[in-house]
Order: sequence, then structure tokens, then C-alpha cells
Amino acid sequence: MQRPAWRRLIGFNLLGGLVLAGVGFVLGWLLGTLISNLAGAHATDAGAANWFIDQSDENDIALLLAYTFGLVGWLGGLGFLNYPLARIAGRPPSVPPEDTGTGMGRYFRMNTNHKVVGIQYLVVVLALFFIGGLNAMLIRAELLQPTPWLWQPDRYLTLVGLHGTMMLMIMSAGVLGPFGNYLVPIMVGSRGMAFPRIESLSFWLTPAAGVVLLSTLFLGGYQTGWTGYAPLADQSRLGMDAYLVAFTLIGLSMVLVGINLITTIVNMRAPGMTWTRLPIFCWGVLSTGILMVLSPLTFAAALFMVALDRTSATNFFISAVGGSPYLYENLFWFFGHPEVYILALPGFGIVLELMTVFARKPLFGYRLAVAAMLGVAILSFMVWQHHLFVSGINATLRPFYMLTTELISIPTGFVFLVAIGTLWRGRIQLAVPMLFCLAFLFNFLIGGVSGVFVSDVPSDVSLHGSYFVLAHFHYTIMGGLVFAFFGGIYYWFPKMTGYLLNDRLAKVHFWGMFLGFNGTFLPLFAAGLLDMPRRVITYNVNLQGLNDFASISAFVLGLSMLVFLVNFVYSWVVTRVPAVGNLWGSRSVEWMLPSPPPVTTWEASPVFVSGPYEYGVAGAPAMANLAGQERNP
Amino acid sequence: MPVRMRVTLVFAGALVAIAVTVAYLVGYLAVAPPEVQGTSGADAQLTLQTVAAISSGDRPDWVSYLVKDPSGQWIHSTIWKVPANSVIKVTIYQFDTASKLRNPFWAQPLGIVPSSFMVNGTALDSIPSDTASHTFAIPELGVSVPLQGIADDAKNPCVSAPCDTATDHETITFSFRTGAPGKYRWQCFVPCGAGFIFGNGGPMSTIGFMGGFLLVV
Amino acid sequence: MEEQRTNRNHFVRVGVIWLGATLVLEAGLFFWLGPNMPPFQASAQASEQANTNTLLTGLAIPVMLLVWVFVVYSIVVFRRKGEGDGPTIRGHYRTQVAWVVSSAVIVLFLAGYGSYVLMISAYGVGGGQGSDPAAVPAGQTMEVQVIAQEWGFTYRYPTFGGVETQQLVLPVGQLIELHVTSLDVIHSFWAYEIGVKADANPGQDNIAFAKPAEVAPFQIRCAELCGVWHGYMFGTGQVVSQSDFATWIATQQSANAPATAQLPPYAHVYLPVPAQVRGG
Repeated sequence: MQRPAWRRLIGFNLLGGLVLAGVGFVLGWLLGTLISNLAGAHATDAGAANWFIDQSDENDIALLLAYTFGLVGWLGGLGFLNYPLARIAGRPPSVPPEDTGTGMGRYFRMNTNHKVVGIQYLVVVLALFFIGGLNAMLIRAELLQPTPWLWQPDRYLTLVGLHGTMMLMIMSAGVLGPFGNYLVPIMVGSRGMAFPRIESLSFWLTPAAGVVLLSTLFLGGYQTGWTGYAPLADQSRLGMDAYLVAFTLIGLSMVLVGINLITTIVNMRAPGMTWTRLPIFCWGVLSTGILMVLSPLTFAAALFMVALDRTSATNFFISAVGGSPYLYENLFWFFGHPEVYILALPGFGIVLELMTVFARKPLFGYRLAVAAMLGVAILSFMVWQHHLFVSGINATLRPFYMLTTELISIPTGFVFLVAIGTLWRGRIQLAVPMLFCLAFLFNFLIGGVSGVFVSDVPSDVSLHGSYFVLAHFHYTIMGGLVFAFFGGIYYWFPKMTGYLLNDRLAKVHFWGMFLGFNGTFLPLFAAGLLDMPRRVITYNVNLQGLNDFASISAFVLGLSMLVFLVNFVYSWVVTRVPAVGNLWGSRSVEWMLPSPPPVTTWEASPVFVSGPYEYGVAGAPAMANLAGQERNP
Repeated sequence: MPVRMRVTLVFAGALVAIAVTVAYLVGYLAVAPPEVQGTSGADAQLTLQTVAAISSGDRPDWVSYLVKDPSGQWIHSTIWKVPANSVIKVTIYQFDTASKLRNPFWAQPLGIVPSSFMVNGTALDSIPSDTASHTFAIPELGVSVPLQGIADDAKNPCVSAPCDTATDHETITFSFRTGAPGKYRWQCFVPCGAGFIFGNGGPMSTIGFMGGFLLVV
Repeated sequence: MEEQRTNRNHFVRVGVIWLGATLVLEAGLFFWLGPNMPPFQASAQASEQANTNTLLTGLAIPVMLLVWVFVVYSIVVFRRKGEGDGPTIRGHYRTQVAWVVSSAVIVLFLAGYGSYVLMISAYGVGGGQGSDPAAVPAGQTMEVQVIAQEWGFTYRYPTFGGVETQQLVLPVGQLIELHVTSLDVIHSFWAYEIGVKADANPGQDNIAFAKPAEVAPFQIRCAELCGVWHGYMFGTGQVVSQSDFATWIATQQSANAPATAQLPPYAHVYLPVPAQVRGG
């Protein structure tokens, strides 16, 4: 008995979330206006000296309350409050621990099935990634000329900030969101994640963060870039609050994802899934999870302090009245540096995982690879002041931060040894995912070695804050993580959706992306060496050749992304060629399942009897016994 | 779901995406103050006024510059066309009260054609830095001129922009030489964005209020 | 036996390609790129920065080529033909130890050498060292203050009556002690050719040393995002002869006298009074 379509739309789902978010937003705005009027805060008369409350003509209190109430409405409308409220009221919880729903509707509500969350994440991450990428295209279009010709400087800076913030926010969840949620439970032999409701919460915070960030366009934008340095952030217009709220939401989401994945990997492994049989991808996820749990809350605290500065004149970062601009820089980079490894480690995991399949060899130095990831994760907390080498803060500590920063290149170097050793004398297949992995090796090496330049203080004095740094981190994040991410999509998309992607378009995408990417960022190293600071709308006329080359290459990169988008959508929605069997000849357990795996992955727990990388071992058994009857031999 | 419906959905989605993108480009990024012919007459007269509140638009409380176009209309824009390699004669009617210079260095005129800085008809070599209301500075040309504020207890202050010279004001005149054609930024160095930390947010950080471009053609 | 020999042949070929490519690129670095390495040689600090860039490039070439030659060789030679998996190599103890040790040696050398240049040989290499610099050069310095504000730099010469100027002019061969501070948000003073970069923090004094070696103009840019006109916070400084400097500073002292009279007494930091923090 099916209810009419309109009736099915009403309930705890995306629509309900949107409606209640709107209601909450309006309520919060009204409350904030009331508060600030009562406090005499919203005085536009500059002469009224009330130093406790901000008195520009923009009401930050109302906006921040509007976002907060809107968020509560959003989560309530999606049904996240049902479970805690039911428990508080003493009623039995209404949310099933594992959602077995089918049909399109399951993607538009709170869903506790890890495979649904994985798909939800994949779509939202790609959508926001393309928005960030569009901004990059508009930035490069502006930089075709050495003086402003398309956008005004204030709009341009918002563009730069939106690109950076969107990419950093979204790509932190770029691999762990879709692939972590979807694959890790399968790889460790669990039926789902440790905390399914938290899993869904971490996802639904992501689109909220994206929308909040984009709302800055209606609020005057923000001119601080993705770093949001105070006191510039204190000075900025209402659009800054969108940044503060959006990044806080993503920070919360990161903590939740991290806790969930760590717990799943540690506690939910099936019998026989020993630590040395754990796929290297899971190790990458685990080490990223550690960073995600430990680092974002510092940043959330810093953002909260900026919000207080902006609403209540707490002056944490205003030195004229007792604050310190160094405070924000330290809090920010204590998060910011682990964050860039949050953007690297999942890439290591994907690349090494895929490389064994396409080189038909076991991973070379499994323990070394694990040590690499954990070593990078631990060291990444000890390096943050290398972003402040010329800031004047405690100059005697600079040799220490130079040392710790350069020490990171030791575990990072392990990854290259493991990759080379795995390729060496293998039976290499240049399938599309493998092309992305090899490109990762090429790009990430440039990114890593240029990192040694900026970690060395004598070089960094010249390179800090220049396009050299910009090219460096694009080589690690874009050339590293994003290439690994697309490799992962080409590899696992058939598994996750059950449909094949077009191979020819995939190759066009790869070559466009590889050449476009290198064409964009190699010249920018030179631009940085030759006196071009970051985030400028003007540059020296003699750098126009380099910049034009970079811009045109960036457009090639952008076009290749469109090719991907067409391939992705067309293959998933229109052509729908079914993916049958073990496409890549992988030994990993997810390829022992049908594509896509059934809603409930396994009725009984699988038993792992072998490692994932037993390539070339005569008579090696399949990785897992899916009958679930036998115990570990 | 039938194929036809799926395809329709994809195309609808693509159309929405393109529409949103275009709206973003046109509705946010390409929004800019109009380019106004700044100088008029054979002697390249540039006439400006600074007001305490622009009184219209979406930011009526913000402090702003206005420019007089060749037809004598006051236009709310900070992007002005002026001729290259010529002496520009500037007249600024200043209707705002004094704030204070953060850096008193800007209390003297700099980079102007010598001894032509007049305040209400009197030649001066500087003004007291805490009487400054705004400055007019073109850093690339080395030009910087302080604009004295009207008294806080002025009898007849301007209430609505564009202001009439019948209300209380200061008249500042000076000349400067433009160089080669190009796009030069100009800004104010008085932290006059009331309510924003350091006074440099809001109107100081938005093109069209306290900063803009000199299009030297 | 046969397999071992092929394996050794592979290694020999990779080694030869690697060595050849390394020699070619190192020669290019030595004869062409090294002598032209940014940020060039216009001051003692810029020279150290350029020399470190050259050294790091020299070390990076063999390391990067090692990885690339191995990867490209593998792609070309070890392509899969037909079915079948590769040999089961799970690791190689000596290779792994050698890799760990050699990367550790390179890294420790770089950190040690970098620290030596930073703290001992080049007085902080032109980087901002805060108000209490750790690496201080011997000899007479000339103090010049850089005042950043939204959106421009001005300069103050305390030994010349505290005169403030719009342009930065420095005498050649003189050791300069730059005191960088800001009146509002964080900026960063970057004098490219003379190799100085120091953040301008409100309420903080950030000292950097430089010794200009050539009479030439140099680029000044703001290297920290500071708001709407960040991209326009640039200028050109001049390094001039001692006598030209004396003439220039005398002109500035008389021309800027009206403003100098109003300036606050020279100090290492200037803060707006609290009532002015919110502007207006």
C-alpha cells in the first residue's frame, strides 16, 4: 500500500531538514536582532562608545545565531534528534542501527547504512569539489592579465578564499567520506561502521557546511583566504561568519569521521583480520583518523574566539587591547599542518593499495609503509611553526622546527621506496587507476622535494608566502591526493555503483588532468622564485608569460574535469554498463562480493584466512571465507 | 526509473548548474561600480565629495566618495577615467567630521604639483593629524592629500548624499600629474570604516566607497 | 642464478641511466641555473638564500631522478604480457635499511647546514627574528623602521631625526637593521632582491638584518594577505651610494618636516589608543 507521492515527501528527510533549517535561521536572526537591540549593540552611531559590543552596521550576533538555530533545524528535520529525544523520554529508539531501505529515497534522509553514506558522500564531495574548481578557473582567468581586468579586488579575494576553503574543507573528507565509509567496513569484515548514526551525522554536516560557506556570497564575502588570519578576520564583513561556521561544521564532521573509522578498524575486524593482514588503505585511513580526531578542535576553538571577537569585542587577537595576533596563527597552524597530512595520507593509502593490484605483486615492505603513515601522522603535530618562520615569533626555535619538518621527509620517503619496490619486476598493467597512481608518484615527489625547500629557513625567507609555496602545496594536495582520489573513483566506482565508467573518456580525462596540472603549477614555482606573492591580483609584468601559460594549462585541467563529469554522470545514469566480476583481478575482499554489494554485506561474519596481497603465491587461498562457518585455522 | 526520465533529470540538473553558475558570475563576481568619466573641461577638472553616509543603496550608513561626471551629476562610483600625462586639477568637497590619522605622516600633502594644496582657499603645508577626516592617496603615483574634517558641532551638517555645498563643508583643491596610461588604485588612509576593527573594514574594504581605481587613458 | 643475473642487469641499467641523467642536470645547475639562481646576489642575505636554493636543487636532482628512473624503467620494462603475477617480493632488508639511513643522513645534514647558515653565518638570512634577535651581526648597524598599515608601507629613520618617508632608500654596503611593525592587521614586508622577509604584526617589533651589496632598485611586496588592496601593497626601493643617501635623507628631512613634527616619538611599536581600535 503506497502513500501518494506528496505524502511521502513529508517526514524526516532532506526536505524536512531544509524547511526546519530555514525556520531556525529566521528564528535565530530575530533572536539575535532582539539581543543586540536590547544591548544597544546594533548602534550605527559611531559616537556611542560601547566597547563591549561590535557596532558596525552589520549584525554578527543575529547571523551567528541564525546559523546555529538553522543547524539545529537542519539536523532535527533530518531526524538526528529523534534518537536522543526518544531516549530522554524513555521511549524505545526509533532509528534502526542498520538501515536496509532501498530505492532513491534512502539517499535523501538520515541513513545508517555505510554504503548509502558512502554514495551520499561521493556525490556531495564531487559537487562541492567542482564548485571549488570553478573558482580556481575564475582565479586563473583573472591572472591572465597583470592588473585587474575581470573582477574587482574585493570580489577576487572572496574568490580566492572560497576556492581554498572549499577545497580544504571538502577534500579533508574527500577520501575518508566516500571510500572510508563505504570500503573500510567491508575490508575489515564488518557489517557497518561502529557508530552508524554518527556516520550519518558526519555526512549531513558536510552539505550544510558547503551551503553555509557559499552563503558568504550574499553577505559581502570574506577577504582572508582559507587561513582566516585574525585580526583581519575580526575586521571583515558578515561573510566572515559564514567561513567561521562552515569550517566549524567541517571540523566537527572530521572529528566524528575520525572517531568512527578508528573505532571500526580497531574493534570491528572480523576473525582472522590481523593487523598485518589489514589492507594498507585501512592503515592510511587509520592514521588520517588519528589526525582528524586530534587536530580540528583546536581550530574550532580558534574560530569560536574569532566569533567572540566579532560579536562581543573580546579582543583575543587585538594587540592594542591586550590580545595577540600570534595566538590565532598558532592555533590555526596547530590544526592547519595536520590538516595538510589529512589531505595526504589517504592518498598514500589508495596509491599503495592499487599499486599491488596493477603490479601483480605483494606490497614491498608492508611494515615500512605502515611506519611511514604513522610516522607522518605523529610528526605532523610537531612542525606547525614552520608556517611562522618569518613572523618573528620565538626565532630561536626555528632550527627545531626546521629539523622536525625535514624529519617528515624520512617517513614520506618510505612511501616512495614501497612504491618502487612494489613496481620493480612486477607485471605492470597501465589501467586507468594505475595511471593515476603513477601520476601521483610523479607529482607528489615534486611536491615533497619542494617541501624541503620551504622547510629550510634560508630558502624559506625568500619563498614564504610566495607562489612557490602555492605550487608546492598544490603538488601535494592536487597532484597527490586528488590524483589518488580520482584513481580511487575509477577503481571503486564499478564496485560501488555496479556500473562501468567509459575507459576512453577516462584516458582523455587522465592525460588532460596530468598535463594540465603540471602545465599549471610548474611555471608557478618559477613565478614564486621570481617575486610573486600569493593571493595578489597584480603581479610584475615580466611574469605574465608564466602566468598565462599556467592559466591556459589550468583551463585544460578544467576541461578534463568536465570530461570526467560527463563520463561519471553518463555512465551512472544513462549507459549503465553492468560491472561483472572481479574487474581488476584484485585479491581484496570487496572484489569477492557482487557489484554493488548487497544492502546487508554479509549475513554471517566472514573469516579472513589470508592477506590481501598474496600475488604470485602459488596456492594462496582467497582472502576471506565468506561462508562464515569456519574459525580461523 | 525509465531511461528517458533519467536523461531528462540529468539535463535538467545540468541546466540548473549552468544557470546557478551564470548567476554567480553575473550577480556576484561581475558586480562593480560604473566607470565614470572623472575629468571635465579643457583643464582636466576632477570634482569629488566625501560624505559621512551615502544614504542610499544597500549600505546607506557607509562613508563614501562621490564623483561629479561631465554633465554635473554626482555619481556614486570610485572608478574614474582621467587623461594620461596631464595635470589633473582636483577639487574635493569634504562633508564628514574628523576622525584621526592612524599614521600622522599622511597629514601633509605628498606627490602633488608643488604648492597647490589649498584648504578653503588657504595654502597649507599640512593639517593637524587629528583633524583629518579622510585622505585621497594614489600610492603608485606617490600622491597623498589629507582632507580636513568639519567641526563635530557644525551648525548645518549635510544629512543626505549627494551633499549640497550650502551645508557645512571643507573645500580642498590640489593638482597632480598622471603618468603613463594604466589602472591605478587609490584609497583613503584614515581608518574611517566605523565599527569595523581598526576602522579598515566595510567601506574601506569595498570598492565603490573609500577606494577605487583611476583609469588613466 | 639466471634470475639473479637479470635482476642485476636491470639494476646496472637503471644505475647508468640515473648517473647519466644526474650528471647532465647537475652540469646544467652548475653552469647555468646556479649562477642565475633567484633571489640573486644583491645582498649578503639574498646570496645565502640563492646559495641554499642551489644546494637544495643539487641534492634534489639525484633523489628525484632516482625515483623517476626506477618508476619509468619499471613501466617500460616490466609491462604485463599475458597472465600471471610478479615474483613474491615482500621486502628487502638491506635495501630498506639503506634507504632509511641515507634519507636520515641527507635530512640531518640539511637541518644542520640550514641551522648553521641561519644562526651563525648570515644573521638570520634576512628573515624576521622578532624583537629579540638570536642571530645578531657584529658591527655598526643602521636602524630603519618599516611601518605597515592597510595598505601601504612607510619607513622611518630614527638616526635622522625620526623622519618618515614614502620610499625606502638604503646606502650600499651598510648593515641595515630593519624594524618591521604594523598599525593594524598582519602584513609581511618582502624586499625581494635584498633578501628580507619579515611579518609586520600589530604591536610587535620584528627585526631583520640585511646588507645590500649592489647599487640597484629592489622590489617591495606585501607577502601576507591583508585585505582588499593586498595585491597593490608594492613599491620599489633603492640602494644608493653613501653620498647619494646623505643627499636624499637631507631632502626628505626638509620636505617632510611638517609631518615629522606631528609624528609620535620614535618607538618600536605603535598602537592605536583603545578608543580608536574600532575606527570611525
